Amino acid sequence: MQTNQLLLIFCTVLLLLGLVAFFVGRKKASRVRASGAAMYAQPDQYAWFAVLSTAGPAVLVGAVGSFALLLLGADIPPLYLLAASLVVAAAGLAVGVTQVKPQFHARQAIERVIRWILAGAALISIFTTFGILFSIISEALRFFQMHSFWDFITGTTWNPGASFLASAGRGDGGGAEFGSVPLFAGTFMITLIAMLVAVPVGLMSAIYMSEYAPRRVRTIAKPVLEVLAGIPTVVYGFFAAITVAPIIVNIAGFFGLDASYNNAVAPGVVMGIMIIPFISSLSDDVINAVPDSMRQGSLALGMTKGETIRDVVIPAALPGIISASLLGMSRALGETMIVVMAAGMRPNLTANPLEDMTTVTVRIVAALTGDQEFASAETLSAFALGLVLFAVTLTLNLVSVLMIRRFREKYRVNNL
Amino acid sequence: MNSQAPQFSQQMAPTAGQPYTRNEQACHDLSIRVRDLNLWYGKNQALKNLNIDLFQKNVTALIGPSGCGKSTFLRCLNRMNDLIPSVHTEGLVEMDGRDVNAAKMDEVALRRRVGMVFQKPNPFPKSIYENVAYAPRMHDLVSRKVEQDELVEKALRDAGLWQEVKDKLQEPGTSLSGGQQQRLCIARAIAVQPDVILMDEPTSALDPISTATIEDLMDKLKEQFTIITVTHNMQQAARVADYTAFFHLGEIIEYNDTKVMFSTPAKKKTEDYISGRYG
Amino acid sequence: MSQTFDDISHQLKRRHRKSARLKWMSMGALGLAGLFLLWFFSDMLNKGLPAFQQAYVQAEMHYSEEASKDGRKAIDKALVPVVSRTEVRGIPLMLRNNPDMIGDRETRWLLANSQVDQYLKDHRHKLSGNEVATVDNLVESGQVALKFNRAFFTQGDSKIAESAGILSAVVGTVMTMIVTLAIAFPIGVMTAIYLEEFAPDNRFTQAIEININNLAAIPSILFGLLGLAIFINFFGVPRSSPLAGGMTLALMTLPVIIISTRTALRSVPDSIRHAAFGVGCSRWQVVRDHVLPLAMPGIMTGSIIGLAQAMGETAPLIIVGMVAFIPDVGASFTNAATVLPAQIFTWASEPDQAFVEKTAGGILVLLSILIFLNASAVVLRKKFERRW
Repeated sequence: MQTNQLLLIFCTVLLLLGLVAFFVGRKKASRVRASGAAMYAQPDQYAWFAVLSTAGPAVLVGAVGSFALLLLGADIPPLYLLAASLVVAAAGLAVGVTQVKPQFHARQAIERVIRWILAGAALISIFTTFGILFSIISEALRFFQMHSFWDFITGTTWNPGASFLASAGRGDGGGAEFGSVPLFAGTFMITLIAMLVAVPVGLMSAIYMSEYAPRRVRTIAKPVLEVLAGIPTVVYGFFAAITVAPIIVNIAGFFGLDASYNNAVAPGVVMGIMIIPFISSLSDDVINAVPDSMRQGSLALGMTKGETIRDVVIPAALPGIISASLLGMSRALGETMIVVMAAGMRPNLTANPLEDMTTVTVRIVAALTGDQEFASAETLSAFALGLVLFAVTLTLNLVSVLMIRRFREKYRVNNL
Repeated sequence: MNSQAPQFSQQMAPTAGQPYTRNEQACHDLSIRVRDLNLWYGKNQALKNLNIDLFQKNVTALIGPSGCGKSTFLRCLNRMNDLIPSVHTEGLVEMDGRDVNAAKMDEVALRRRVGMVFQKPNPFPKSIYENVAYAPRMHDLVSRKVEQDELVEKALRDAGLWQEVKDKLQEPGTSLSGGQQQRLCIARAIAVQPDVILMDEPTSALDPISTATIEDLMDKLKEQFTIITVTHNMQQAARVADYTAFFHLGEIIEYNDTKVMFSTPAKKKTEDYISGRYG
Repeated sequence: MSQTFDDISHQLKRRHRKSARLKWMSMGALGLAGLFLLWFFSDMLNKGLPAFQQAYVQAEMHYSEEASKDGRKAIDKALVPVVSRTEVRGIPLMLRNNPDMIGDRETRWLLANSQVDQYLKDHRHKLSGNEVATVDNLVESGQVALKFNRAFFTQGDSKIAESAGILSAVVGTVMTMIVTLAIAFPIGVMTAIYLEEFAPDNRFTQAIEININNLAAIPSILFGLLGLAIFINFFGVPRSSPLAGGMTLALMTLPVIIISTRTALRSVPDSIRHAAFGVGCSRWQVVRDHVLPLAMPGIMTGSIIGLAQAMGETAPLIIVGMVAFIPDVGASFTNAATVLPAQIFTWASEPDQAFVEKTAGGILVLLSILIFLNASAVVLRKKFERRW
């Protein structure tokens, strides 16, 4: 029998057993109550307990069994597994129904189970992180068995071209080089351009919104800025490639410079626009959280408003502003679609942003969208790059969280 | 400026704004003249027809139950109320022959001459040195590093803080204790050499020992500055102030020599307040 | 005596100018950001709106015997270069299925060739001088005209620009979002309930919290790597399927839903909980019957925002293979499918000029959906907003 047929049988029988458990349990509970005994819980709660004791262990047995079957390769005939879990269900039903008696605390039992289910859900986010770590690290390790870690970190040539031949059993893959320096150089160049756009515009907008703007302007401007962050990155990518890149080429041409259509400026600028709200929104919150007594203290000394903002408010808000910028930077480093669509594919170690250059994320996408064998060095290199990306963004995020926490403790604000 | 004030005999009703009784030792050069000052928060009138003459190089205490408008009045004197959008002011606040509330008056220039110390110490998130040096440098009061160092030292000495902080000038101002922070704020205010220092309950957030230190300080500072202080604490007013004005529901009920006011108040309401019937 | 007001005011002039400059600069920065937004939307509308119109050709169809072998024979010879290849190609099949139609005549509006379409819209085109003249004549006689582009909304992807549509991508998006929401919503809400209402404040709980905040900031492409390595390679979920994509996006959306649900739960005042405890409810009953209903609008708002975010996401879906060429509307969660942003991505890399407006048109559809979702989240929040 097919697995999904087995599953269907399992579910149907379990559903039926569950219904039986519910009605039998409730009937018995009502009978007990009608006989005048004081019970700890409502009949419905006993009924639900019976359902739980029927389904819970059975699903557990089924899940553990199929896990062992599918993943650990244990030799259990599926039919036996089905039978075993259904027997467990029947046993659970019997236990559940016999437990319907006045002394039994059905509600507490149910709520204990609910609590465990909720805690289990909370664990999934932990599993996700470990899943990301595990999947990236294990594949990256396979990559580093083929190519040295040192070459990967310090090599200046990224040329995976011949590696797929090696994995197909032809050639020895000797021509393939995986030096990631040009990729990181490109990533940092584009991130730098993005930050050069986003930090001044975002910070200044935040200053205007929190210090100068009338309430009405602020309530409109903030959500409008957030729209910039809500636009899908694939759309920004198209915008960067089709609209912005030609403009950059034209401007460069006007100054007699030669710019590639895949230059780093277009994706950098567009990425900067995307990041503006990340910086402005958090900075705005932080600047608002700077106590008013600071401003008054400065104004009372005969400082102008501008001097107060520049010399007192901004320094006080600085940890929060840096934190916002780091978050924005982490966003820029990991941004994929904009660079995939607007930046180049060619690993290019250059300081000229008008040339085409590629980034880590572009190479990850390129390595995983081809038709190579999964075990080829090029495919695995994506995970090695992903590992570095993960490490860098994780560090930035953690530093950012620590800085904002320091700010929060300093001024005792809770809503950041 | 009106320095030739007429002599009053005790208990005689004075002209508008004058104290009922003159303090024999005090200096009577006019610093700030207030006439018919009214102030509204939106539609609520917070100050009603205030008239008061504040004298130079004196400590004037403003007392009264909370919500009586004494802090609001204090903030009229350096236009800090401008920061609250709903506030609307009418009437004359005259300093150095100029109407403080006039459209032409630059409020930044005004605050440069009328400094302020707040209820809660609010040192800037900078070093102790920078807290004091920042404003004079911005105001071009000092041009060289040496002058700046001297000014910082003088201000800290005048504020009675020098001995405690001279070895840790580069530490952040927030690392000091509450009383020290408040004295740092006073040093910061006197470093710009204002004419008037407004103090808005400067000791209400401090312990008794720090309070005593600051009260002594006020006594010394009045040789150089006009000090106007708001206080909740009547004993404090009695201890430090030459003149005391009693506020009630946005009006000045009585303005008098402190000693006279606390011994023989002219108005029933003042007497009730001082004797603790309400407040 | 210190300086007079006039002296000070005089000194202040420069400083006031500087102060004003900061105000104007900050205002300018906000204006600049607004201008970017304006530029972006006008550019997208400019490029994308033409995609909703398409050139159609009115042709006399003659379903002759020959036409059942070669579709071109069914129409006027002069029209052949103007009509879309897909229209012509379908004729033999249609006649084979309905043999009694052979010999019939009718007048129909056929999709025009993309080059004709581009020419009519004044875009770059590859028509020769002769063809331009033919088209001009046809336009004059009303036989060629721009009409509402039905094909764009009723067809799947195609390599032929004029008949490429977004339907299969929209269906794929809907299926993927169903998977995403079905996984992320219950797990997210349960996690939030646990953390906010049940969890003791210990190391373990704090670890979960830090972890969730961190997950929210991890680059989305890394979720794609997870999906590829765990779901596809390890669990054997079919590649390119809405199931694989939806599961990957669910993990990405999870932190958004958890964080907003926690905020919503936190905004329910403790007095409500105390009142419920006071009448003898257990902790779970308090949550289920009192806290959760009050927090529901906030939870829905957060989930819609999370959904909108997932809907625009492309990078992880590319990694799990959802950029496949899907001409037909998918019917199963385990078959290969594509989603709207991925469709935009594939069209954006087509060299044909006609695909530029298709891409922008797809973008407009995507943006409208996202704006609709976010607007409904705002309306929901406004409607149920409660100040305690």
